[in-house]
Amino acid sequence: MLLKTNIKKDLYNMIKKLPFNKFYKLFNSISFLLILLSIFLLIFKGLNFGVDFKGGTLIELRATDKSMTVTNIRDSLNQINLGDVSVKKFGKDNDYLIKFEKKDFNNPNFINEIKTKLSSSLGDAFEFRRVENVGPKVSSELLRSGIIAICLSLATMLIYIWIRFEWQFSLGAIAALFHDVIVTLGVFSLFSLEINLSIVAAVLTIVGYSMNDTVVIFDRVRENLKKYSDIKIFDLTNISINETLSRTIITSLTTLLALFSIFSFGGEILKGFSLAMILGVFFGTYSSIYIANPILVFLRVSQKTILKEDKD
Amino acid sequence: MLYFSKIRIFLITFFTLVFVYIFLSNFIKSDDYIFSKKINLGLDLQGGSYLLLEIDNSPVITQKLQNSIPTFKKYFKEKNINLRNFKIIEDEFLAFEVDDDKISQVSEILQDKEDNIINQYYPRYKSHKFDFLLERNLFKLNFSKYGLVEIKNSSQDQALETIRRRVDEIGTNEPSILKRGNDRIVVELPGLDDPSRIKNLLGKTANLTFRFIIQGSEETFGSEMLEIEDDSEEALVSKRIILSGDNLIDANPSMDSQTNETVVSFTLDRVGAKRFGKATSTGIGKRLAIVLDGKVISAPVIRDAIVSGSGQISGGFTFQEATDLALLLRAGALPAPLNIIEERSVGPDLGQDSINAGIIALAIGFLLVIFFMIIKYKIFGLIANVALILNLFLLVGILTLFEATLTLPGIAGIILTVGMAVDANVLIFERIKEELLGEKNLLIAFDSGYEKSKTAVLDANITTLLAAIILFFMGSGPVKGFSVTLAVGIFTTLFSVYFIARLLTSIYVTKNKHKERLI
Repeated sequence: MLLKTNIKKDLYNMIKKLPFNKFYKLFNSISFLLILLSIFLLIFKGLNFGVDFKGGTLIELRATDKSMTVTNIRDSLNQINLGDVSVKKFGKDNDYLIKFEKKDFNNPNFINEIKTKLSSSLGDAFEFRRVENVGPKVSSELLRSGIIAICLSLATMLIYIWIRFEWQFSLGAIAALFHDVIVTLGVFSLFSLEINLSIVAAVLTIVGYSMNDTVVIFDRVRENLKKYSDIKIFDLTNISINETLSRTIITSLTTLLALFSIFSFGGEILKGFSLAMILGVFFGTYSSIYIANPILVFLRVSQKTILKEDKD
Repeated sequence: MLYFSKIRIFLITFFTLVFVYIFLSNFIKSDDYIFSKKINLGLDLQGGSYLLLEIDNSPVITQKLQNSIPTFKKYFKEKNINLRNFKIIEDEFLAFEVDDDKISQVSEILQDKEDNIINQYYPRYKSHKFDFLLERNLFKLNFSKYGLVEIKNSSQDQALETIRRRVDEIGTNEPSILKRGNDRIVVELPGLDDPSRIKNLLGKTANLTFRFIIQGSEETFGSEMLEIEDDSEEALVSKRIILSGDNLIDANPSMDSQTNETVVSFTLDRVGAKRFGKATSTGIGKRLAIVLDGKVISAPVIRDAIVSGSGQISGGFTFQEATDLALLLRAGALPAPLNIIEERSVGPDLGQDSINAGIIALAIGFLLVIFFMIIKYKIFGLIANVALILNLFLLVGILTLFEATLTLPGIAGIILTVGMAVDANVLIFERIKEELLGEKNLLIAFDSGYEKSKTAVLDANITTLLAAIILFFMGSGPVKGFSVTLAVGIFTTLFSVYFIARLLTSIYVTKNKHKERLI
């Protein structure tokens, strides 16, 4: 008897501990708005696709003296009639990224011609460190398989959670995932950050990570549902979130530590990837708490939902 | 969950040590079979070129249709059926007409499934080589879906061989040449950061023919107008082929001692020598066009009969051009033109920079996580860290054992694994803390902490694994390397958490079971 009151007291404290559930409505509206905003951005502003998905040529150039600037590289390239040339600084002071949509794809000397042109107007103090050339057919295939991969991963998670839990949980998890993917892409659209193959990899990893986070809380919700029949799902989710909170924070922190390390020291090529992942970890952690769980509340998950599963 | 039998302890230790050793073999020279393995570096880390080539099969298809005309004529003639007005329509259809009373006989022959020599039947595809349409007495044949597959497969096989010979001739370091789909070929050339020469060589079909130039200015059925290279002129060239590149057994660049010009000298096989001798003896005074890929590269006047079976091609070549032409002739012609549809080249110093950056990021990420865990969990943080370090050894060890390819995103996958691997231990430790709230017996609390967190740990890892598997099948190139490290990382993480960390925890807890506030 004493033990039981103790547990009740603990639980009471737990509910009071951090009242996440009080803000379900507020954050739900914010999430909803964010998703709408992201979809709006994706439709009207679109994504800044890199050569992987748009086709064209990318050249990473390193200047070995200081005489080169973005302007004179661009001017000299504009003389060759390459169409829309973009020249940007890339990481270190003397590295540049040149991008354009190339026309005569089958000329094997194309890159050499550009090199010759550049050295005739700017001197020999540079080298091409990386050249990527993606034809229109390949880029559209890469884009298609990227989209399929993301959709497939969402579908797989939906089914997995359905098998491991109940459809209500699966719906909550998938809504959280959808939010993470859409909002991350929304941020990429807003700041015109480049989408390339590694961003697709990042998005899929975000799907895995966000799912991981959601599953841990759901696992606790299910356990608590079995334990307490008299606590409403509204409070039960809050207890579960609080019980797993320190784990959520610690794991997000260690993952972020690793990601910040890739972002700061892993070189320019991994910047976009690690940035997408950092965003994804934030959104994933947030959505596990404020999207996945409120949906359980909304769908009136109760002990019956779980017991029905046991009966089957 | 805390009990380990002696045999298990032994197995865990043994297994771990083996992989630590394999991990270390990356840095040690050894002649041993297993332990001399090294992890493969992807092109983005060691520098090199990746080319994706697509075979343009349309000329092959037209050619095959053209070639089948005599076969059709001969076959039906033997059956007393006269086929008329052969035509190739839109490079896709072979059309001919038959007498009205023979229509049904011809269609029966075309639809025959047993030993059909004229329209081969593939039982495994349940399809003929040709599909056909009948418009009154006009037959229109085109290759069926599977007929096309057969053509594509065979031209891909041939192209692969020719490409391999050409690339081998250049002598690059361990090239990898692989088929993709049925009309593409991937060429990976480690260490080669400027692929323009290879691209030049692969861009040429190298279809060489020797034919007579004939007088006149109008194309006829047996002749065609061809451009003369390095010249605005055109020449009328006979379609009859005296010799083709297939008759060449050797070709080398050399210097003509009389003109001091760089030429390509070639040697013909027996059949070729005979034919060449005959043609040159009857054709003295005529011009012989040497046609490469539809262009006349030179058209010397025949002065003497050449019976020695060797000769020279001159065409105002530079030495490099002569070398490349000789190489192409030695390696043989491609069955169809190739298009380079994707190209990625990384210079060796960018590769090295990426490796350095990756290692620094890994070291820093690793240290940050290790410090964090020690501050947060003290002695258990130390245990988690030992598991984490061994996890890294296991991960790289397994990648080494399978000679997996490590790419830059792959390194990112390893760093990410470091960040996410502690998750399992965190889940378990947090659960143990909770269990300790209601349970005084340390051993029981630890045991149920491990037990109750199991489903969450497994589910959490399986979801990441699923994402990695999808990425492996859908991703390409370096991204594939990321999915491999991520997936292998999950297995090594589970091993290090449930065997190494749990073993260490068990030893520590059993020794200190009477202490308060252990975690």
